[in-house]
Amino acid sequence: MCDQTFVAATFGPCDNCTTASPLMNIYIKNEAINYCSFCVEVMACQGLQKGESLANLKRECESLKKKLEEERGKLNDVELHQVAEKVEVVGALSIKTRRVLKGHGNKVLCMDWCKDKRRLVSSSQDGKVIVWDGFTLNKEHGMTMPTTWVMACAYAPSGCAVACGGLDNKCSVIPLSLDSNENLAAKKKTVAMHTNYISGCTFTNSDMQLLSSSGDGTCALWDVESGQLLQSFHGHTADVLSLDLAPSETGNTFVSGGCDKKANVWDMRSGQNIQSFECHESDINCVKYYPSGDAFASASDDATCRFFDLRADREVAVFQKDSIIFGASTVDFSLSGRLLFAGYNDYTMNVWDVLKGNRVSILFGHENRISRVRVSPDGTALCSASWDNTLRIWA
Amino acid sequence: MTIRTTRPDRVQHFRPRMHCLKKVEAIVVEMQDQKGGVKGSEQKLNVTTIPHVLAGSDIIAWIANKMKTTPEEAQAFGTMLVAYGYIYPLQNHKKLVMCNDTSLYRFQVESIKAALKQKVANRSIVYLSISQKITFDQYRRQNIFYQQAIMRSKVKSSVSIGALVKYITTYKNHDPFLAPCLPSNPWQTDHDAYWSLNTRRVDLPTKMRVERWSFSLFELLSDLRGRDDFKIFLKKEFSGENLAFWEAAEELKLGTASSMSTKAETIFKTFLAPGAPRWINIDGRTMGLTVKGLDHPHRYVLEAAQTHVFLLMKKDTFFRYLKSPVYKDIQKKALNPETHNFSPAQLEQNANSRSPGIHPIILWQQEEEEKAKAAAASAPVDVKAVMSKIDRKK
Repeated sequence: MCDQTFVAATFGPCDNCTTASPLMNIYIKNEAINYCSFCVEVMACQGLQKGESLANLKRECESLKKKLEEERGKLNDVELHQVAEKVEVVGALSIKTRRVLKGHGNKVLCMDWCKDKRRLVSSSQDGKVIVWDGFTLNKEHGMTMPTTWVMACAYAPSGCAVACGGLDNKCSVIPLSLDSNENLAAKKKTVAMHTNYISGCTFTNSDMQLLSSSGDGTCALWDVESGQLLQSFHGHTADVLSLDLAPSETGNTFVSGGCDKKANVWDMRSGQNIQSFECHESDINCVKYYPSGDAFASASDDATCRFFDLRADREVAVFQKDSIIFGASTVDFSLSGRLLFAGYNDYTMNVWDVLKGNRVSILFGHENRISRVRVSPDGTALCSASWDNTLRIWA
Repeated sequence: MTIRTTRPDRVQHFRPRMHCLKKVEAIVVEMQDQKGGVKGSEQKLNVTTIPHVLAGSDIIAWIANKMKTTPEEAQAFGTMLVAYGYIYPLQNHKKLVMCNDTSLYRFQVESIKAALKQKVANRSIVYLSISQKITFDQYRRQNIFYQQAIMRSKVKSSVSIGALVKYITTYKNHDPFLAPCLPSNPWQTDHDAYWSLNTRRVDLPTKMRVERWSFSLFELLSDLRGRDDFKIFLKKEFSGENLAFWEAAEELKLGTASSMSTKAETIFKTFLAPGAPRWINIDGRTMGLTVKGLDHPHRYVLEAAQTHVFLLMKKDTFFRYLKSPVYKDIQKKALNPETHNFSPAQLEQNANSRSPGIHPIILWQQEEEEKAKAAAASAPVDVKAVMSKIDRKK
């Protein structure tokens, strides 16, 4: 558990304007202060003061960046593979396709599991969103969105609704019903509104809040009932392609990855960017937290997947091979965190041993690129969605 | 409400979106090499002869040798070359895949020429981008970020990596990809006993589930069945108010914006007001901050108090629970299902009769009913009402 987010003062009177609000913990001349996000914005945007210039701000920026690298380096006393030497190897895995879900007429772009461990929702390029019972292969609901390229879909924690969004720049929540024939698209409610496409969405720990990431470079937290914007997250300098909520006891942070090659960790309460990692050589397509919430993995167009330790604040492993040339589009961990499943643009999935860094298995079967890979909530199965119009469930 | 970024419109760089193609093209050029490349031949087709024809199996063997991979992987890579148009199939034009047999292929000459040109031109490529002008406010923001990142406490790698490894070791036997599920993985045997034994309100949980509760307070509280068991223990200790407060604070944090002020008021009356029926024992400073914040309730107004209570439960109550007769009792009674051993005929039967399970909407409705009942049962007793009832009976 990242202790920093536990202990820091997060709500109270702002040191500058005294309004009670969520606080950002920042430093002015090495002194710790707590400002609300508005005061931080004002401080950042105020005109150049006497003695300040663009050049010396740039110099300060570079020297601070160097100092951060030094600080990170000081704690680098052991490598992951060294600690992993004492751990036994993973036995041979025999993962087979157990279900093939056919029904989409076009590329399947996204999928998400329901907490009941068997239902899932998937969305495709032609605007269709389908809710399936993966176990019986029964299609429970089919909805058509008034947009193509539905790139994001999520199942609500209660199992009573789904959210989806794409090129319409909006993320809508659709309540599900027990009646398969009901026209659910009529009851959909627009919650998130961005100025560019929606690349990812997820509910927080309840049906009442939705987190969205967008091609406009921002992420946002919304109140589902009123459509109100609760918090926005600015910091990426290009499209944000993916986000994931931390599975921690406080559930207050999330990580996002984008086309600016950065993966940023955010505090949901104040909107503050608390950590940032720039190690990839190309766009980050997907980010996913490690089950304990203390680390995360990312998949990128540079054909590597990387593993970042949040407490040590650095990259601790790179999963790559000379023979893997095509970009990785999606990653997910198995329940214990030992295995990392990654889907690639060369139609295959690689299974990596997180501790030892080697590839344990390669899964063939799809006939086009893999857009999304997700392990079921109880870890019993893996679902992969692909541009070949099908989804596969592996176990 | 729409989000608008207040930053100036940045011109998107010409990003080399196909980061991988440079590597692919280098390999394709090598494949074409007279000496070390794939051996081609002439192919007679009616009256014409097609030069430089390659067999799929030869291409795959070359790739497998060059990249030191299995034939399967080489075939997957070969399919990519066909998909991206570097190689085209002479026979089956519609399906762009590489087959590991005598199917015939040719290189797309144009794409090779272009790749060779690219090698020369690479140095003089001008990115169609206006070099991004970073404004002074962006530098300020970056500086603010770097300063807090430097001051942020970090942990030594040996400690944090050790914790990651410990997590894996703890959960190793609970990971269905690494250890078998008892009685069987529903996706493998088409029998859903594993799910029906682990439902929300099952009477007797399985041994694996009970073991998982002992891993952390987070696990215990996330599994609602475990939370129920924890509540039984807390009731015996007369210290249920901490968990009740934590649950109420979670509801406030994750609830709708409109319900916030009523929830905040109820929480104040029940847990924080002096003399409240379920008064929680938190330090004076936190209490002061919280009460003050409740004047203008905000979603995160209870953060400090909630964290304090959670840490208290995590460091003290949780460990006492694990040593308590309540936990030891459920550990003893927990079920240990036998591994399923289905014959092929039985597996087929299972596949034909997959159970539909209970719909999550119905489960949710049941949960809401139970919650309402529990809330009514645990509401603070109105002593005056009870006394007047007794008086009336007299």
